[in-house]
Amino acid sequence: MRNTRRKLFYFLGAIPIVYLLVFYTLPLGIIFEKAFEGFQTLLQTSGLLQKLGRPLAFTLYQAGLSVILTVLVGFPIAYLFSHFQFKGKKLFQAAVTLPFILPTVVVAAALNSLIGPGGWLNLALMQVFDLTSPPIQIMNSLEIILLAHIFYNTSIFVRVVGAAWAQLETEQEQAARTLGAGAWQRFWFITLPLLKQSILSAVLMVFLFDFTSFGVILMLGGPSFSTLEVEIYLQTTQMLNLPLAGLLSVIQMGITFFISWFILRDSHTGMVTFLPDIKNERMQKAANGKQITLLVLLLAFIFLFFVLPELSLFFRSFTLVEADGTFRFTLDFYKELFHNVHGSLFYISPFTALKNSLTYALITTLIAGLLGIIAAYGLLNTQKSKLLRALVLLPLGTSSVTLGLGFLLAFPRLSFFQKYPQILIPIAHTLVALPVVINTLYPAFASIPANLRAAAGNLGASPLKVLQKIDLPLIRNSLLVGALYAFILSLGEFGATSFLTRPEYPTMPTAIYRYLSLPGSLNYGQAMAMSCILLTLCTFSMLLIERFMLKDKRS
Amino acid sequence: MKKQISRNVVLTAIAAMLFLSACQSSTAETTQPRALTVLTHDSFAISEAVIAQFEEENDVKVEFIFSGDAGGALNKVILTKDAPLGDVFYGVDNTFLSRALNEDIFEAYDSPLLASIPDQFKLDDQNRVLPVDYGDVCINYDKAYFASNDLAVPQSLDDLLKPEYSGLLVVENPATSSPGLAFLLATIAQYGEDGYLDYWRQLKDNDVTVVSDWNTAYYTNFSASTGKGPQPMAVSYATSPAVEVVYAAEPLDESPTASIVGENTCFRQIEFVGILKGTENRDLAEKFVDFMLSVPFQEDIPMNMFVFPANQDASLPEEFVKYIQVPESPATLSSDLITAERENWISAWQDVVLK
Repeated sequence: MRNTRRKLFYFLGAIPIVYLLVFYTLPLGIIFEKAFEGFQTLLQTSGLLQKLGRPLAFTLYQAGLSVILTVLVGFPIAYLFSHFQFKGKKLFQAAVTLPFILPTVVVAAALNSLIGPGGWLNLALMQVFDLTSPPIQIMNSLEIILLAHIFYNTSIFVRVVGAAWAQLETEQEQAARTLGAGAWQRFWFITLPLLKQSILSAVLMVFLFDFTSFGVILMLGGPSFSTLEVEIYLQTTQMLNLPLAGLLSVIQMGITFFISWFILRDSHTGMVTFLPDIKNERMQKAANGKQITLLVLLLAFIFLFFVLPELSLFFRSFTLVEADGTFRFTLDFYKELFHNVHGSLFYISPFTALKNSLTYALITTLIAGLLGIIAAYGLLNTQKSKLLRALVLLPLGTSSVTLGLGFLLAFPRLSFFQKYPQILIPIAHTLVALPVVINTLYPAFASIPANLRAAAGNLGASPLKVLQKIDLPLIRNSLLVGALYAFILSLGEFGATSFLTRPEYPTMPTAIYRYLSLPGSLNYGQAMAMSCILLTLCTFSMLLIERFMLKDKRS
Repeated sequence: MKKQISRNVVLTAIAAMLFLSACQSSTAETTQPRALTVLTHDSFAISEAVIAQFEEENDVKVEFIFSGDAGGALNKVILTKDAPLGDVFYGVDNTFLSRALNEDIFEAYDSPLLASIPDQFKLDDQNRVLPVDYGDVCINYDKAYFASNDLAVPQSLDDLLKPEYSGLLVVENPATSSPGLAFLLATIAQYGEDGYLDYWRQLKDNDVTVVSDWNTAYYTNFSASTGKGPQPMAVSYATSPAVEVVYAAEPLDESPTASIVGENTCFRQIEFVGILKGTENRDLAEKFVDFMLSVPFQEDIPMNMFVFPANQDASLPEEFVKYIQVPESPATLSSDLITAERENWISAWQDVVLK
């Protein structure tokens, strides 16, 4: 009896592996096989090293800088959300997370209407200080790349580290305080080591998102900057040079693996396990003047940096710019979304897009959540966990163009996928979401003292029972973060989807891109309106997911 | 215990493979109506009613598969040429044409409707690809800006070098943008392979702005779009002024923009359709190609994709006649030359302009 349970346990453990083998390794293998048919001639290309070296150097440079800045911005915010209870907290948390789903064209539009050459901020500054040229000129520069990366990826650091921080038991810090340790000493010698796992996980994910950055570099950074991901896209779709694209992909994946392995290398040394504080003893209301000042400053920063660009999108979606430059309130952009004026075959109704996006996102969350729990738990029980953890992160470092093409070569001819081509989309989304889920869950699992499980095991609980009764309740916060990101990664994903979409199954980002591919103030307005619907939908979903997952916490 | 894991892994992998290959072997049994699959890029658009008419007349279901931009879609077709994912591919243009023909992905088809299409559009004498539509990439300008600043609109590529137009033009990087490439090709057609880099050096000295893609150029930089950017001239399409009217948030009597249509300031893009080699529905594919070239489809093209129909019998919508300036002598270059030199031209351009 016990033996069959064990077998079942290992059978379950194989599922994520098989999933990745079939849906990740197989398509990549096929595309690389094609790419390296022309490998011989590629090696003789003149200036090949320079072609590889330049984007590689810049990719690492901008990603490194972006990570450092993101951590600097993210740490105080993670502290804020994990320590203080205040009115509107959920909305502020949502505001920090929302950029994650916004398509780059929309962020570019939002930033442009705010700090672009003709943006409100510039216009206001020019008026106030009587200037002749706009004082803020950061479009198409390294600065805007870094700003956009902070804007996009701070949330993942805040959520992952914040979730862990909120659950740190307070006893050790209290003991240290009693022994006379100052605030900094307590932070440095107690909090930081306890958070190490989560910080490493978060840093790694932020790094990988920056490392494979595409839209931000292309649209905001402009033509003087190129990363590996941009080069892969270029070589694949513009130069049709598949061998070079393949080589660049391999380099990108190699570095992803190496850096993941390097960061995770000694993640276990000095690791402290603890019982998560599920009673949230840490959470408090800002009491003294110092705390209130800090709270206000941080919230002001969040408002300026995250909320304002999002608000400007909403503003744009409700305003019409008259010929003389004045603004007028309008609901036309929303109304027009529902009209197929030209009787187009590919008209995308907002309801359809909404329904598709939601369906894909739910399926992705479900698959990635289940596989993620199994995989993270399995990783805990294997010898080679560091190596495997680095391997599991590979999909995040894989070019979506390459993966999308691989999918095309591997699957659409199978009659199952011919009949249900839309299934490939959540499958592709899961590949991006799964590493995030695993990487969020693993530190949480790892922080649970092993003797807790051993005790349960000794009392006759099967591994599955232990997982169900001991681990899952204790990692609830991290599971919430993982599920949340699986959900919004799917909602916002565009890269691989653009290779797989059937016009019958458009998602919301597809619709936004379609509007913005034509001139006309109506198209622009509709793209803004659709983006705002996406933002609203995402906010509600986040609140719902949080409520759902934390519902029976008190019972 | 470890052995057990690996055995289970192998078993499960085999089961999955079996499942997948089982799916593959049971090729879809022919059900009524027959299906025709059309591969295309994601800016393809057409009216529901037009396709419905074709489907009804031929008792067929037409399925469209979008696959990224024009280059991405072509690449997908090339990669899958041994076992094509569709019967017809629409969307290869004259800048990618030779590449497509060299890859041998199309079957020749002498459609009777070719008779209605001017010879200047027929770029393949074997008719492996058939012209469907064409459009010009031109510089759009902000009418209000030029009027209020009492500035004459430049008429030629040479004019753009004059000091009064310093800093007024935004173009796209030809490496990442199809209109950007088209504009680069226009300058090569005008100044030749020996002279175009020199022209770009001077254009750079005259403060030309370069961005990555059409979206940024049009919505962030161009002053006549809703983005209200700093540059009153942007490389876009000759039809953009009409689109501004059709998709205006409030009805407009005239377009806020117009195109500069002097000699070689515009580059003509021609789009083709072809029957994919290895199709099992050759008869339907022929019918669909005929249909695409016929008047009902051709007259539906302009308001959906904002390009001109290749069939001369198709009449143009009012907006096209009213708001679009058609260049008399747009630039062209041989497709063979473009295929051979594309990469060299682009990287030489990047060395001059982006550094």
